[in-house]
Amino acid sequence: MEKKEKILRPVGRVHGGALLPHFKKTAEQESVIMPPPAVVKIPMSQHIGAPAEPIVKAGDKVFVGTKIGEATAFVSAPVHSSVSGTVKAIEEINVGGRKTKCVVIESDGNMEKDPELKPFPVNTREDIAKAADLCGLVGLGGAGFPTKVKLSVKEETPIDTLIINGAECEPYITSDYRACMEDYEDVIEGVYLIKEKLNIGRVIICIESNKPKAIEKLYEIAADKRDQDDSVKLMKLPTSYPQGAEKVIIYSATGRRVPAGKLPSDVGCIVMNITSVVTLNRFIKTGMPLTSKRITVDGTAVNEPKNIIVPIGTAIKDVLEFAGGVTEDANEIIFGGPMMGVDAESDSGVIEKRTNAITVMKEEIKPPAVTPCIRCGRCARACPMKLYPASVEAAVNHGLTESFNNLNVNYCMECGSCSYVCPAKRPLTQVMRLAKAQLRREK
Amino acid sequence: MKEILTAASSPHIRHSDTTRGIMSDVVIALLPAAVYGCILFGWHAALVLAVCIIFAVLSEFLWNKALKKPNTVGDMSAVVTGLLLGMNLPSSIPLWQAAIGSVVAIIVVKQMFGGIGCNFANPAIAARIVLLVSFPSTMTKFVAPLFDAVTSPTPLAAENGTYTLKALFFGMHPGSIGETSAFLLLVGGVYLLIRNVISPTIPVCFIGTVVLLALVTGENVSVWVYGGGLMLGAIFMATDYTTSPTTKSGKVIFAVGCGIITFVIRKFGALPEGVSYSILLMNILVPHINRLTLSKPFGFIKPKKEEAQNG
Repeated sequence: MEKKEKILRPVGRVHGGALLPHFKKTAEQESVIMPPPAVVKIPMSQHIGAPAEPIVKAGDKVFVGTKIGEATAFVSAPVHSSVSGTVKAIEEINVGGRKTKCVVIESDGNMEKDPELKPFPVNTREDIAKAADLCGLVGLGGAGFPTKVKLSVKEETPIDTLIINGAECEPYITSDYRACMEDYEDVIEGVYLIKEKLNIGRVIICIESNKPKAIEKLYEIAADKRDQDDSVKLMKLPTSYPQGAEKVIIYSATGRRVPAGKLPSDVGCIVMNITSVVTLNRFIKTGMPLTSKRITVDGTAVNEPKNIIVPIGTAIKDVLEFAGGVTEDANEIIFGGPMMGVDAESDSGVIEKRTNAITVMKEEIKPPAVTPCIRCGRCARACPMKLYPASVEAAVNHGLTESFNNLNVNYCMECGSCSYVCPAKRPLTQVMRLAKAQLRREK
Repeated sequence: MKEILTAASSPHIRHSDTTRGIMSDVVIALLPAAVYGCILFGWHAALVLAVCIIFAVLSEFLWNKALKKPNTVGDMSAVVTGLLLGMNLPSSIPLWQAAIGSVVAIIVVKQMFGGIGCNFANPAIAARIVLLVSFPSTMTKFVAPLFDAVTSPTPLAAENGTYTLKALFFGMHPGSIGETSAFLLLVGGVYLLIRNVISPTIPVCFIGTVVLLALVTGENVSVWVYGGGLMLGAIFMATDYTTSPTTKSGKVIFAVGCGIITFVIRKFGALPEGVSYSILLMNILVPHINRLTLSKPFGFIKPKKEEAQNG
């Protein structure tokens, strides 16, 4: 098979986007496994949907992979212990601004795997969704949508494309890239397994052009002899933010537009993050659910940036210490990357399933001042959803909420491209959020 | 780590471009043609430019002070307006008239409507038209270059063949201070394209429309393109952010409209120019052009259908 035929060019030309600096300093470093911390606090809500309910109590002995939280609804996910040790207590913890229950486990330092874990046999298409459920898998690109729901496609919904999302368009973050390079076996096995069991016609493995080594590696998946009917292809996407956003990558890969309020399955696509594929395959092979995450710790204020494999529930404080600590003038801890990450109010948080990076930034010597909007239109040109954020901002500032619907604020995915490119440094993304909140309140 | 952390809304990084940086780029792009104008027309031209810039900056500063608003002079937009206005005036204009032009541009067209980003028309263009109407004789007195005090006709007013192509392109002919050297204005335009300050849509469509209409009606294309204020207007004034449409299709409509009006005024009107009026008239239409050409969002569903689905 000619190499050229296996590498596709993008189908849809995405509107806008911002050309961000990459800062992928940790790309070529091997990930480091962090020794188990003394205590982990595992939240019951690490996903979109109903929080899990704890099924252990203080004094119970747990191992790595033991289920400690039961899913409570269809859109929910179970939670598992990430260390071996004893349950100390059930507490309340602050996760993303909301209070949620968490299980506090004192680690015995051994990281002993649960002896009852065994490989999960996958024979039918329902087994794949069941595997995602038992694994506690949620969207590991950061969204946290329970994967079981995504993979529970009915026979009537025709899915013809599986998109493997390896874009990783945020600056600093390299965890998916390292997953490509280090967990390659799980990637290739997982891709073919999902394709076969869900009977999906074609697979498009998407990766940005700023990752040439990963492109070489992922190409081997497409060129593998398991691909009998030449339906697994690699696609090189332009390195433009937000290439990894679900609707954007579906459009780039297939030219299909997901209409407002609809899901990828409505246009025949399933999108899976590379780390999600790895996690699912590991569970099927060994029975080990989602208990640890590869986190990129980087930013302008981290002393030893690196990719760390961390047990879920580890305190941020411990993670930062393991990365050599932060500088004295560090004053911003971001869960995630600098574009869509959420600021932490202190370093007392924990790593959870959805975390794929901790970015710590220095205090800015001269924070940019906000100046009047000059109607330059850069925000409109950058918006991947083709909105005009400056107009929305003007409407919000003048209290003209009736025009929000006309301005289509609900299409906004809060990617941050508009605020990034604005030369007047106006808080456009923040205002879009405000507009959406005001609209919700009115309904 | 600091005691108190910053907890701000995402995104947490910003591009390095600023409004001031963009305006400064425009000034840099205008300098070659401005300096050339001073060399060509003498020290009085330099005085006119200086007076225009000074009075523009002063007007904005004093207005903000009088109304107790924050000082906005630092964003360099007043400097751009002053420089552009000055480059649009004949070198022999009395300095007090030039000063009035700057004051009108900043106070009336810009500040009274809300300051930067809120002007309804390009301030320099509007001020130039005010001067044209108020002081018609001084505004139409053009001296020939290189200190020749004899008033000579500009290429648009002169007979065909008075000026060679080389003279037209490089600017060896009478005209406003900054409009004569098409070559240096193009250099400035290319600089702005490289710096991502303007997009080529408006200049290309504006000049292109004029060229097309001139060709079709048998006019002297090089006189029509290089003479008069077309290069200066299409590259630097029609592209003003606040007074031009947002989307590409809007920009095309705007620029073609400017081209058509310029042609009509030059061909059928009594004035050997038309660029100023065409830009002003199209500026006023920009809000409507924007409304008509605003793009539909990605994955747009018509609201009626959505309501039916929600039941």
